[in-house]
Amino acid sequence: MSAFSLALRDSSTMLRRNLLHARRYPSLTLNLLLTPIMLLLLFVYIFGDVMSAGIGGGGRSEYIAYLVPGLLLMTIGSTTIGTAVSVSNDMTEGIIARFRTMAIHRGSVLIGHVIGSVLQSIASVVLVGAVAVAIGFRSTDATVLEWLAAFGLLVLFALALTWIAVGMGLISPNAEAASNNALPMILLPLLSSAFVPVDGMPGWFQPIAEYQPFTPAIETLRGLLLGTEIGHNGWLAVAWCLGLTVLGYFWSTSKFNQDPK
Amino acid sequence: MTSLAIAANGLRKSYGDKVVLDGVDLAVPEGTIFSLLGPNGAGKTTAVKILSTLVSADPGTGSIHIGGHDLAVDPQAVRGAIGVTGQFSAVDGLITGEENMLLMADLHHLSKREGRRVAAELLERFDLVEAAKKPASTYSGGMKRRLDIAMTLVGSPRIIFLDEPTTGLDPRSRHNMWQIIRELVSDGVTVFLTTQYLEEADELADRIAVLNDGRIAAQGTAEELKRLIPGGHVRLRFTDPAAYRSAASALRETTRDDEALSLQIPSDGSQRELRSLLDWLDSAGIEADELTVHTPDLDDVFFALTSGTTVPNQPKEAVR
Repeated sequence: MSAFSLALRDSSTMLRRNLLHARRYPSLTLNLLLTPIMLLLLFVYIFGDVMSAGIGGGGRSEYIAYLVPGLLLMTIGSTTIGTAVSVSNDMTEGIIARFRTMAIHRGSVLIGHVIGSVLQSIASVVLVGAVAVAIGFRSTDATVLEWLAAFGLLVLFALALTWIAVGMGLISPNAEAASNNALPMILLPLLSSAFVPVDGMPGWFQPIAEYQPFTPAIETLRGLLLGTEIGHNGWLAVAWCLGLTVLGYFWSTSKFNQDPK
Repeated sequence: MTSLAIAANGLRKSYGDKVVLDGVDLAVPEGTIFSLLGPNGAGKTTAVKILSTLVSADPGTGSIHIGGHDLAVDPQAVRGAIGVTGQFSAVDGLITGEENMLLMADLHHLSKREGRRVAAELLERFDLVEAAKKPASTYSGGMKRRLDIAMTLVGSPRIIFLDEPTTGLDPRSRHNMWQIIRELVSDGVTVFLTTQYLEEADELADRIAVLNDGRIAAQGTAEELKRLIPGGHVRLRFTDPAAYRSAASALRETTRDDEALSLQIPSDGSQRELRSLLDWLDSAGIEADELTVHTPDLDDVFFALTSGTTVPNQPKEAVR
């Protein structure tokens, strides 16, 4: 068996294992979905009028349109906290030691986690998106190509955050630490253009908010779904995604290849 | 060299300042059970971890060959030849026993049909059919250990590492496990077993190495190890100090223990020697309150080798 087909076969076995876990114990994934859905409802129904006045009027429905792209990306961030927790849990299990002593593709354990988690992220995005549509979100004039690009961006973004989350899981001694270490995944969207435009923030903070990974991705998704200006955000978003994916991949695999304690 | 399943020279490993293995040589012929015996913290698990490619040995370690493959050069080939059941159960608790088995079949690249066949066969052999559909986390300790070994056997490894396979098991499960291990070897598999139970090593192993403080204190067959320490004896215990004193003066070749009012007479424990000893005691008018026969067992060897030079005078004895 060639190295590539070995990698493919073992990774898909590991993916099946992870999906089995997710299906048997969906509570972690579902709990993590609550945060973006609650924030969506909170910001639309409780703060909606104030927020819409803040972004220049247009009422609640205008603010739903503004809010949803950011929340979809936040959903991905929230799902990857689950990734960090389950990777860290998994590493304490004896079965991982067994995998390490088997003649399987070394990276398949992590690749299985990553693909499983990206699939969960996409499923979560679909669920949160469905809630958004139910409360009145409409993509105005996106073409099929723009929909595809939006989907591609979501997958790429999920991939990037997931590899980073896997690394966070690997350096965490237990589930609690993993969940703390992965906190930026859900805090960063709060400091992005998800809820309010960056120009409305204090001047000294604007560069941070503008160039952190979430804002370019949010602005790009907004542009694709709602026809707003994308500008340099498209390239920035892709660069962030690729950069974080590569970084997360090398970080995680080097951690995984170290001798276990 | 041709028929060695495991050959390791000068195994070294330290964690920080703590030297865990300090130059351990191991040689295990194919198709035999080798037992690495030692107290907690002696380095048994570390040895297994290195030999099973889980952790790397320190620089300065000599060559290690497992199943003919050089561990440093081709760890993946070593992994293909071995199966490992660690001290802590290596099963996936979140999925069922059957799913665990099928996972192993997939990772050994068996076809779907072959995988199902092997899984069903092993579940049957290890008496796990009833529990097969339940999550492994709900299994008892003995069941988990059986599932663990069953999973190890999916790929039909020729060399199996068992790290304290019976620690924490009740006596019945322990005897079941021994039976399982014996069956493995009858199929020509090589077993590398670590244990802290002397009885277990005595029961199962063809060769035993006693590991103490990161070094091999002694190795050989159980018989050879028992020959390393002073032989057996008969012990007479008295309650009456006067009887003790008169017996002690009548019997010349004895070791006296004035505190315990007991005498030790060298003896191999055979019926003939016992009878002549009893006859002689009768004729000398000595009547002991208790007579015990002690034959050296691995406990004596173990204590002698792992606690300096003295053999404690109160090892396990059989009251006759």
